[in-house]
Amino acid sequence: MLETIGVDSIERLFDEIPDGLRCGELNAIPEGMSEMDVGRLMDARARQDGVAVCFIGAGAYDHHIPAAVWQLATRGEFYTAYTPYQAEASQGTLQLLYEYQSMMTALTAMDVSNASLYDGASALAEAVLMAVRANRKSKSRRVLMPRTVHPHYRRVVRSIVRNQGIELVELPFDPEGGHASPEALAVHAGEDFAAVVVPQANFFGVLEEVDLLTDWAHANKALSIALINPVAVALLAPPGEWGEQGADICCGEGQPLGAPLSSGGPYFGFLCCRKALVRQMPGRIIGATLDLDGKPGYTLTLQAREQHIRRSKATSNICTNQGLMVTAATIHMALLGPDGLERVAAACYDNTAWLVESLSRLPGVEPRFDRPVFHERVIQLPVVAKGVLRALAAHNLLAGLDLSRDYPELGDGCILTCATERRTRNEMESLVTKLERVLSLQGGAPCQLQPKDW
Amino acid sequence: MGDLPNDLKYTKEHEWVREEGDGTVTIGISDHAQEQLGDLVFVELPEVGDSVEQGRECGVVESVKAASDIYAPVTGEVVGINEVLADSPETANQDPFGDGWLLRIKLADAGQLDGLMTADAYAELIAAEAH
Amino acid sequence: MSLIYQHSRPGRRAPAQAPLLKGETGAIPERFKRRKRAALPELSEMQVVRHYTRLSQKNFSIDTHFYPLGSCTMKYNPRGGNQLAMLPGFLARHPEAPESHSQGFMACMYELQEILKEVTGMQAVSLSPAAGAQGEFAGVAMIRAYHESRGDAARREILVPDAAHGTNPASAVMCGYEVREIPTGANGDVDVAALREVLGPQTAGIMLTNPSTLGVFDRRISEIASLMHEAGGLLYYDGANLNAILGKVRPGDMGFDVIHMNLHKTFSTPHGGGGPGAGPVGVSQRLQPYLPVPMVGRDGDDYCWLTESDCPESIGRLSAFAGNAGVLLRAYVYARMLGREGMPRVADFSTLNANYLLKRLQSLGYEAAYPERRATHEFIITLRRQAKQLGVNTMDFAKRLLDYGFHAPTTYFPLLIAECLLIEPTETEDKETLDAFLEVMGKILEEANREPELLKGAPHTLPVKRLDDVRAARELDLAWSPAKDG
Repeated sequence: MLETIGVDSIERLFDEIPDGLRCGELNAIPEGMSEMDVGRLMDARARQDGVAVCFIGAGAYDHHIPAAVWQLATRGEFYTAYTPYQAEASQGTLQLLYEYQSMMTALTAMDVSNASLYDGASALAEAVLMAVRANRKSKSRRVLMPRTVHPHYRRVVRSIVRNQGIELVELPFDPEGGHASPEALAVHAGEDFAAVVVPQANFFGVLEEVDLLTDWAHANKALSIALINPVAVALLAPPGEWGEQGADICCGEGQPLGAPLSSGGPYFGFLCCRKALVRQMPGRIIGATLDLDGKPGYTLTLQAREQHIRRSKATSNICTNQGLMVTAATIHMALLGPDGLERVAAACYDNTAWLVESLSRLPGVEPRFDRPVFHERVIQLPVVAKGVLRALAAHNLLAGLDLSRDYPELGDGCILTCATERRTRNEMESLVTKLERVLSLQGGAPCQLQPKDW
Repeated sequence: MGDLPNDLKYTKEHEWVREEGDGTVTIGISDHAQEQLGDLVFVELPEVGDSVEQGRECGVVESVKAASDIYAPVTGEVVGINEVLADSPETANQDPFGDGWLLRIKLADAGQLDGLMTADAYAELIAAEAH
Repeated sequence: MSLIYQHSRPGRRAPAQAPLLKGETGAIPERFKRRKRAALPELSEMQVVRHYTRLSQKNFSIDTHFYPLGSCTMKYNPRGGNQLAMLPGFLARHPEAPESHSQGFMACMYELQEILKEVTGMQAVSLSPAAGAQGEFAGVAMIRAYHESRGDAARREILVPDAAHGTNPASAVMCGYEVREIPTGANGDVDVAALREVLGPQTAGIMLTNPSTLGVFDRRISEIASLMHEAGGLLYYDGANLNAILGKVRPGDMGFDVIHMNLHKTFSTPHGGGGPGAGPVGVSQRLQPYLPVPMVGRDGDDYCWLTESDCPESIGRLSAFAGNAGVLLRAYVYARMLGREGMPRVADFSTLNANYLLKRLQSLGYEAAYPERRATHEFIITLRRQAKQLGVNTMDFAKRLLDYGFHAPTTYFPLLIAECLLIEPTETEDKETLDAFLEVMGKILEEANREPELLKGAPHTLPVKRLDDVRAARELDLAWSPAKDG
């Protein structure tokens, strides 16, 4: 090969790089390892973290994933395929994405879906940007964001939109119900907003009055952005049917549809909207069409909105979607079907209700909010939550998320707890028993220990 | 390249402008522009009643492979848009100087028309771009 | 091929896949409930498995095909990375799990940060951006945060070469910047004279790829860096082409202040049919305070998360949790297997393969865009002569390659070279594959001369022929509905 090129060494091929710039050996990088040795290392590290019984939800949910999902998704033909720019060589991925879009529109009762975004939080940020672009009735760049939206999501939205002069106005929650109350909305009546974010269920697990919030948005010439859990809408009203006209945009985290918890990613964000807004929608979109012989086929469409064509005027800088995660989600939804997904949602609801009831029998333990929830709930402990959670973690029980970091107004004794369909009666009973013991050891007195970091 | 109608004025953004004699002008894209863009799949226009400013973007014409801004050739108020394009954007491919017109603007300053190109000047521009 | 919906029958189920007992939901007030079930398909498990297995067979993939896809670095994805990232302990870890139950995972992330620092010559790395484009966004947002922290609000402009990836200008605009394009000189390097003219107190920075998207190494990079720094701006490195220089030259040493890496390119994590990727960012000292959170830090023997409260000047959080952790684990496994001595081999063999292909393609009669330049890990062929003389364009060549079982190279990018193919073989392809590709390229050139219609109608052997993109965009059909099947 060198002879063909006409050089005497590979080194000569780098002769256009100025000498002074060349680096020496990369000493801080360890020497190469065999697959066997890396395997041993990784195995030890994975074991080190253990597999705890997880009652934490808070945006990532421990659902059963049918065996076929990842066996199919990791087939080399899906796993190692490129973005389907060459449609004729990518009909597998393209048809699957079209099926995904079809399932998501069915689930959300919206007109159109894109082929996914990075995760739920960035999908919400893109939904906000999209709403500000699309709302012709409003000149405002203000967006009403309930405090009941996941705190990390609100942070992500702020990071992504703040350089574009968009203002996020926080809508407080009702201290008794844990939902965005009509009284809080009334304060903003008549103000100009580009959009209102409506979460269902909200971060506390509480069901919001989505019909009222959606209608309020429309009455105030704002677009409504639904932020939903895709498993929850198997049981709860889909955003396309909220209020008089339905939500305009719908987004959320796709993880509950077949993605393992895996430390927070990769997951995928979904984004759906009304047909009239489709040209403002960022991300990849697949359309059905015909080939030269009139045979049906699938292709990327509406590409002129995207960065590789529109450059600085693109709807977003996004290139990829989360193709592989969507592959898994599509197979996951096909395996569960409408009945299976509803069973999952109902089992989560039922388990959480049972757990909350059992926990509430312990002295000083009670639900913090009094409104209906989906599959997680804020629990008030009689002592500081941090120490309790740490003591339970020592038993490999992750009892919930300490809310004092993000909601100091709830005090330091509130945790957010979730029991998906994967949690057994035994595991839940074990949580109740161990919590009882921890609380009795602490005698109901505030914990003096201040463990670091969490 | 087809003949350029002599009664129209042109811009370097490949738009044409026709004086209607009642203080309004009709605007479209040139035959050259539609040829460069290829099959149009979508045309985004302002709404009637919007005001537009000379040189500013007031819409988008989109083909499969490109999206191109429409720049207002004059300042004024939008008094009409070509509704046909919503369902049949290809009309702007088929008849760019006629049925494929884009919008009608009520002039704020008729003097702006003097700054636009004649058919001959525009023909030269296209010829120059080809090299 | 029929849609999954067309196999669906009312009431059919894969009952073992969902909870057997129906949960009690009677306590949910009626107004919150769904009234009509979602129109998801109803199938048996076997039907689903068969349908998606068959669909997968309609794809090209690295495991089955060669992808000489410029700017995308479609190298082989070692299977070990997948297996090890999917160990139960990693899959089951909740993102909000306490640090006490996360030390193994965090050790991998910490060490990956260290490896990426060393390989790029930067001071600090954050792994959190979920993809290259998000890494770009983070990088430009940090440049903005830096200028703002100095009260330098006049810097409103980001410079981008005309050959740049489309994401560059799009990311700059998302950060509230105006974009100014700078031209490329005839030899493929940035036109330094033109750059000098546009530098000023309004310049926030420049976004560059080196080697550039034209497949050549910009030899005046140090001069460009000095000019930019003298003008008060910063340099952004688009890591799309890092594969070409791994272990040879480092962006930090070239004078760059911030870089994003595409781990799905250089660090061989799978493309997955279009994601997930990972786009970590590295920075020089002055940008360190602005890195996106979370990051993994060290506290004695323990690993700890660095979040908003530890990094008050951070540009913030870009994903709900810690980015695409599973992708990062795969990249970590790849980096450990490759090791210190393997890194420069990546640059060696990707460059060797590219230069070999270029030379042989030239002798077959293809025209190089920059014949006087050395190819890096990729290079550009222009088909303008064939387009003019034979009426066959780049797309026709690309589609005909598919017929022969090769994925097409990148077409019509960069925009400033007419009728171009951007070709990147990567280091994992053997000589036999390259030779087979060359043979086909020779054959297609003959066909173009003899029987151009064969190219214009290509592909002929794939599941579908060329698709009607215009119809797809005019008559939008983006989701199946029962009405469509009558």
